[in-house]
Amino acid sequence: MGFVKGLKCRECGRTYKAEAIYVCEFCFGSLEVDYDYDALKKKVTRQRIASGPSSLWRYRDLLPLDGEPTVGFYSGFTPLVKADRLANELGIRELYIKDDSVCHPTLSFKDRVVAVALSKAKELGFDTVACASTGNLANAVSAHGAWAGLKRYIFIPYDLEQAKVLGTLVFAPNLIMVRGNYDDVNRLSSEIAAKYHWGFVNINIRPYYAEGSKTFGFEIAEQLGWRTPDHVVCPVASGSLLTKIWKGFKEFEKLGLIDSVKTSLHCAQPEGCSPVADMILSGADAIRPVKPKTIAKSLAIGNPADGYYARDVVAQSGGTAGIASDDEIREGIQLLAQAEGIFTETAGGVTVAVAKKLVEAGKIAKNQSIVIAITGNGLKTQDAVQSSLQKALEIEPSLKSFESKILASVPSGSSIK
Amino acid sequence: MAVKVRIPTPLQKLTQEKAEVEATAKTIKDLIEALNQSYPGIKERICDEQGNLRRFVNVFLNEEDIRFLGKEKTPLKDGDEVSIVPAIAGG
Repeated sequence: MGFVKGLKCRECGRTYKAEAIYVCEFCFGSLEVDYDYDALKKKVTRQRIASGPSSLWRYRDLLPLDGEPTVGFYSGFTPLVKADRLANELGIRELYIKDDSVCHPTLSFKDRVVAVALSKAKELGFDTVACASTGNLANAVSAHGAWAGLKRYIFIPYDLEQAKVLGTLVFAPNLIMVRGNYDDVNRLSSEIAAKYHWGFVNINIRPYYAEGSKTFGFEIAEQLGWRTPDHVVCPVASGSLLTKIWKGFKEFEKLGLIDSVKTSLHCAQPEGCSPVADMILSGADAIRPVKPKTIAKSLAIGNPADGYYARDVVAQSGGTAGIASDDEIREGIQLLAQAEGIFTETAGGVTVAVAKKLVEAGKIAKNQSIVIAITGNGLKTQDAVQSSLQKALEIEPSLKSFESKILASVPSGSSIK
Repeated sequence: MAVKVRIPTPLQKLTQEKAEVEATAKTIKDLIEALNQSYPGIKERICDEQGNLRRFVNVFLNEEDIRFLGKEKTPLKDGDEVSIVPAIAGG
């Protein structure tokens, strides 16, 4: 059995039953899952977690299901890579990459949230699921929904990367391209969700869906040997992941699984869509929504639902924000690839670029530990870097051609042996 | 000005379960008052104590967020369609 008490409004604290609802009837605040932490404290131990499956379901006591999970048995528990070469590049001591570019089965952290969302949707009795997506969520809902035998309606902006469209279509959902940006897609989806009785993972299933992101934080703490780092740099679109990494750390602290959390969380956004970073850096009270214009399409949410909560976590944890231009995003992708052999998508380029800037600006001290949150795979956003990479060298199939065209062009001092 | 207003699920208890209602108003601010006349209680749900729209309420006029228009002062004309939408996560 689970430990869920119900849903609770994040604004006014009113409580609700754990149903397919997502917003407080009284103040429009979003609803969040509330657990029985006293009961959890008696049951959850490091050993119990460590003896669980090698997936996000090792944390199932802290996830919002009543019964057993039915979706995403292989999702999560991705590598925490000790990134010594990148640390050296940045001039810092201790750096890790939390690498969800290899999350099963669709190569982004959205496999975590969807594993939880669809398990919950099945528990709630839905036979059809849906989502509004900037791409990665579309891939994950389509794939996990195929495995779960659910009907799927996927809504995306019309100008997504081809790889994200194809990586959705292959699972044969109903894919609907909307002539507008993500915020338009989201508004339309919420009107559709109000009319049709579907499990919309980012709308009426959202309180459960969002909890899946906590596992990104749980894994960082467990994989670091039951401690949290001094800093986490996290990409921000709606602001949910950053908020939930913090919630994950604080839950581990509350359950006595780790010492007190002294981690600073930093918000990374692309120039051209940085409403949360702008609010943090300017100290403004309100989010000013924007019309996104960036190559980091998975972060192109101009009206971020969890922006205020992300701002609050950044402030509470002593973090800050940074913004990366399109060129810096491309450089960030290549820096990570060439130092660590990890190919991330544009959102990861944003995060690496912002981490670099924060170190250079002295916001992250060089002798402290840092985790960079890499949430998606570069094979999905190849167009963004294509023009900035060197070309392959082409030769005839002869030793002579190799020696004259290749060896002759290798700069002296390099060794080929 | 006669406009159509789409009502989100959490507010439909106040509108006798109607997902779409009609109202007459000159601006968004007027519209909220007019809705509150017909369906008492709606204003306190979507506005704070100062009468400003709550931060998790989005209002769209003909598919455009009113924060890109004139916010609560945005004028309305006959046939306009207004949507009240709670903030949505995702990505």
